[in-house]
Amino acid sequence: MSEEKTPILQVKDLVVKFRVRNKELTAIRSVSLDLYDGETLAIVGESGSGKTVLTKTFTGMLETNGRIPAGRIEFEGRNLLDIKTDKDWEAIRGAKIATVFQDPMTSLNPLKKIGVQITEVIEKHQKLPKEEAKKIALTLMEKVGIKDVGKRFYDYPFQYSGGMRQRIVIAIALACKPRILICDEPTTALDVTIQAQILDLIRFLQKEYGFTTIYITHDLGVVANVADRVAVMYAGQIVEYGSVREIFYDPRHPYTWALISSLPTLARKNEPLFAIPGTPPTLFNEIKGDAFAPRNHYALNIDFEEEPPFFQVSPTHFAKTWLLDSKAPAADPPEAVKLMRKKGKIYAEKLAEASK
Amino acid sequence: MNKKILSVKDLEVTFKNGHESFTAVKNVSFDIYEGESFALVGESGSGKTTIGRTIIRINPATKGDIYFQDKKISGVIAKELDTYVIRNIQMIFQDPMASLNERATIDYIVSEGLYNFNLFKDENERRDKVFKALNDVGLLEEHAERYPHEFSGGQRQRICIARVLAMEPKFIIADEPISALDVSIRAQVLNLLRDLKQERGLSYLFIAHDLTVVRYFADRIAVIHQGELKELAETEELFARPLHPYTRSLLSAVPMPDPDVEKNKTLLVYDQSMHDYSVDKPSWREVFPGHFVLANEKEAAEYGKMYA
Repeated sequence: MSEEKTPILQVKDLVVKFRVRNKELTAIRSVSLDLYDGETLAIVGESGSGKTVLTKTFTGMLETNGRIPAGRIEFEGRNLLDIKTDKDWEAIRGAKIATVFQDPMTSLNPLKKIGVQITEVIEKHQKLPKEEAKKIALTLMEKVGIKDVGKRFYDYPFQYSGGMRQRIVIAIALACKPRILICDEPTTALDVTIQAQILDLIRFLQKEYGFTTIYITHDLGVVANVADRVAVMYAGQIVEYGSVREIFYDPRHPYTWALISSLPTLARKNEPLFAIPGTPPTLFNEIKGDAFAPRNHYALNIDFEEEPPFFQVSPTHFAKTWLLDSKAPAADPPEAVKLMRKKGKIYAEKLAEASK
Repeated sequence: MNKKILSVKDLEVTFKNGHESFTAVKNVSFDIYEGESFALVGESGSGKTTIGRTIIRINPATKGDIYFQDKKISGVIAKELDTYVIRNIQMIFQDPMASLNERATIDYIVSEGLYNFNLFKDENERRDKVFKALNDVGLLEEHAERYPHEFSGGQRQRICIARVLAMEPKFIIADEPISALDVSIRAQVLNLLRDLKQERGLSYLFIAHDLTVVRYFADRIAVIHQGELKELAETEELFARPLHPYTRSLLSAVPMPDPDVEKNKTLLVYDQSMHDYSVDKPSWREVFPGHFVLANEKEAAEYGKMYA
């Protein structure tokens, strides 16, 4: 993690609403978030928690039925929400903030040669002549680990495997040297061995080009692999954030507890897995109190009445739960969380010894 | 050990397209015992789903035999046996969004198999069977009149499981049953499958790519790569002493939800050219009791010493 912490992007009290079937749905319910230069931030949550919608606002890619009634997104000294036209967004989208999506087949044009798809991005954004753009494209292809680039440049997407296609998508995303790379479930459609290679590749490129990465994922294994910091989202809000070690080894929000407890890796065989009861709340209605309360064993009476504020756990770790209030009774976290705490302590001791 | 419920012997499946042919599965043999959950683990294109589909007679076997309760069910079989197989071996598919008829009610979806085989005396009995199946998967009787689009992903997968249970099968092939589901919902479906196994002594062939899920669910695991089994062992044995380099690379690639472990791990990459099979040919060998691996003589000797 970078020691000097300068925010590269700041989200303040962001609200996003969608109009669906003449009803209004609040997808993001007042989110604030700082993204620091050079870090890797992972946003975790189930589908529908708003993680993708949140990052789409950074590049002005909300669906047309969406609107942003409140909030600010500060990037390079301006509020991104002041940008109105698609033309103006082009200076940001792809150029400064690029996105890698889940399915590499749908993000590439099946009718165009791979080389053309990379060079046209470079030509457009950097206003370079064809020959130079091609040179840059070939270097990028080599950088993302494509072999025999001279020949592969002229192949079509269907001639590439899923993992190779995702490498090309990453090359295109990096073509304009963005400052922020948003990876939206970049490896969900890939096999585990390929996934591991892609995660390694992104890490390597991050060192090389020095961009800041946001990962959107529901896979806590991937989060543990890539993240410096983690933000956990539930029902359109960030409910807990902290360093990756704080979130895994000392989580404080009952929803984070539930996520960790439901992992099969930590379960004992022949014992039922912990399953979160019920379903996430519908975002069409206004939510009273803590959105997770109806599914939460640890819910206090106040959780149904009043929305909790963020409580500070450490200088970098915050959680939005009444359990951290000084008046709250002590809660006994689930076994899996205790196990993780123990693991964290053992590692910390080892680290301390090693540094002696 | 219990009785064998299913055995696959030297199975080979070849797909033909004009003059081109592609062998998706070669030389695969394994047994599944009553009450056991057996997992086939491999990457996409490894042939794991093809094996499942061949067992259930969707794809024909090119070579080799499949036995269910000691009766041969591959190749040409009598009509009664075919009916028996369809009733007793049922499959749960990966994507519950794609495997339910959007225009049918849940009542019809769950009872379709019952209609096909006349498995009820009268309307009352059919209703009872449907309600029982829905109850078994944690759904309510009132859900029977609804349509699939009214349900969430996890609930839809329960409907798929209810449809399977209504047939009262002995053996279930679950092809990536939780891959398409959200993390918090996965646990619900896994628990359900596990409870059904304990309550009814069902046997499973569990097809998956996620080793962490398989470790929790399966009694034994077979690792498949490019149509061939590479290794087979009891679950904890496989995790404690993985022998084949492919298994080890697969284990190293699984992301563990533990940052200190995950950030310090080394990724093992499997390269088939590491095997020298020019003279010394590989065969299926039992290196430790019940722990099989595809290896030649030299490799088998090395594997035997690996965890000494």
